Amino acid sequence: MRKIKLTLSQRRMILGLVFIAPWLFGFVFLFASPLLQSIQFSLNKLTITAGGYQLEYVGWSNFKYALFEDATFNRLLVESVGAMAVNVPLILFFSLFSATLLNQKFPGRSLARSMFFLPVILTSAAVSAAESAGLLNLLGDANAAEEMSGASGQFNTLSLMYILIDAGVPEVFVDYLVDAVLRIYDIISSSGVQILIFLAALQSIPGAMYEVAKIEGATAYESFWKITFPMVSPLILTNIIYTIIDSFMQSQVTKTVYSTAFESLNFGLSAAMSWLYTLVVGLVLVVVGALVSRKVFYQN
Amino acid sequence: MTPAKMQQQTELMYRTNRVRTKSAAWLWSLFRYVIIIGISFIIIYPILLKISVAIMDKQDIYNPTIFLVPQHFTWDNIKMAAEVLNFFPALGTTLLYVVLTMLLQAASCAMAGYGFARFSFPGSNVLFMLVILTILIPTSTLMVPMYLHFRNFDIMGIIHLFTGKDGVNTINTLTPSIITSMTANGLKSGLYIYIFRQFFKGLPKEIEEAALIDGAGGFKTFFRIMLPNATAPLITVMLFAFVWQYNDTFYTSLFMGEAELLSNKIASLPAHASAYINNALMIASPGAEPDPNHVAMVVDTGILLAILPLIVLYLFVQRYFVESVERSGVVG
Repeated sequence: MRKIKLTLSQRRMILGLVFIAPWLFGFVFLFASPLLQSIQFSLNKLTITAGGYQLEYVGWSNFKYALFEDATFNRLLVESVGAMAVNVPLILFFSLFSATLLNQKFPGRSLARSMFFLPVILTSAAVSAAESAGLLNLLGDANAAEEMSGASGQFNTLSLMYILIDAGVPEVFVDYLVDAVLRIYDIISSSGVQILIFLAALQSIPGAMYEVAKIEGATAYESFWKITFPMVSPLILTNIIYTIIDSFMQSQVTKTVYSTAFESLNFGLSAAMSWLYTLVVGLVLVVVGALVSRKVFYQN
Repeated sequence: MTPAKMQQQTELMYRTNRVRTKSAAWLWSLFRYVIIIGISFIIIYPILLKISVAIMDKQDIYNPTIFLVPQHFTWDNIKMAAEVLNFFPALGTTLLYVVLTMLLQAASCAMAGYGFARFSFPGSNVLFMLVILTILIPTSTLMVPMYLHFRNFDIMGIIHLFTGKDGVNTINTLTPSIITSMTANGLKSGLYIYIFRQFFKGLPKEIEEAALIDGAGGFKTFFRIMLPNATAPLITVMLFAFVWQYNDTFYTSLFMGEAELLSNKIASLPAHASAYINNALMIASPGAEPDPNHVAMVVDTGILLAILPLIVLYLFVQRYFVESVERSGVVG
């Protein structure tokens, strides 16, 4: 057999293909083909038979049913987009703030960092589901102690709201803030990965830039907006996209899609629902991506 | 003004300025500590609360003066939760499953990441866009076809061709998870490929050229030189893969719904705990109703038991993890 002579770059090409071969194989069989199948399913009525499944073409009726007849689906879809619109700015702001804090030098920094990353470990859909089912409301409730002693030891949101509204802050904004304070645990627990990404970005900013700014007389506030913010802005886009996807993954819509398929055994409808949902996520990503990437500063 | 007096005045000015900047710095660091301690408290408070509940006796539930430190200690809750969860066997199965998928995922994603970072072949950019696409498409879109695919598992009709039978039902076996993680298509694999690619892109090219001149082939270079250099992203990816697989309910409920995995067990814990306590009560005194707060206590203890291995693991690896964040290629 004659040996085929290959140039170095051709050999490198083949080697590269060998390295990505497992992924490529998986992509074709476990991602691309299910994706196409899922489009097919959404246009059909699927019945499981003993040796597989049967399809019966029904056109757009699954989509029509999901949008116009199903009692809850469109409400859930709108709600999850709304929840995302509320959460994404909060999570982004919080994670950038925490990353800036954790990037400063102070004693106990590594302890603080490991604390802030703990939520990455502990966020679990199963745990939160079980937690909401557990109804332990009486325990450690400061209200009970309050009633007994007559003293108020708890953070009183209502009075804070009145103070802010009296101070002339718009009511919508106050509601938003109070809501954020009340859900602080949710916000913290879903910003672990984002803090990580921002922190890595902050560490890649050369320290000389800050030194120069300091010599030129810039305040900390100015150097944040003139140096830190533009330098991390590409990662703001990354984080926005990650947060949007993450918030959709945990939404009620996913659960509805799952239960439609595996509890009601209506696979076609479930596929249609998940495609509607994918389109909404895609639309949000395109709009947000286009808006944000205009403002992003790239060094090159 | 005499020169001596002028000098005195400038000195005074310097001194007040220094005091001012110093006190500002001091105030800022105080503020920073208040915020950091506050946020840390919010993060660990639920864990503290669960620990407190786990060692608390039933009679303390309705005592409103108790906050975090119980008056009557007991191991009953822990015993009961462990029994309802079938804790140690389930933990063993879970760890086996999670470690297996973690290793496979780390290996396949590292290879793919290296392939995308260092080699150019026709369409490599398009293929990498497809990796990003796998992150963007919601997993629920693929759920039904994936399920049917593994329920009737048959790669390109090979089994049908040779035996004439339909595919094999692999649901509730390890096969689906092994296949998805081996082919870098498991849970959040796209993100891992991305992390590896960014890291390998950041390494100097000279290392490989030197290895090539010394006569090392592509695989030898990868395993002997590139991987040992990639401990930072490896630890990050392995920790993520471990933790997310451990906590995952999507793939486990889809492919291994009947398996003795802790995530499955936790999802059904409230119902099982209530049934368990009900049974125990029926034996003691027929007709008694289980106290919902007691059930909640056992559920909380069960959750604590389930997340405890993760916390212990994190205590050991957090140092490497926090360090690796500084050097890993999470930056885009």
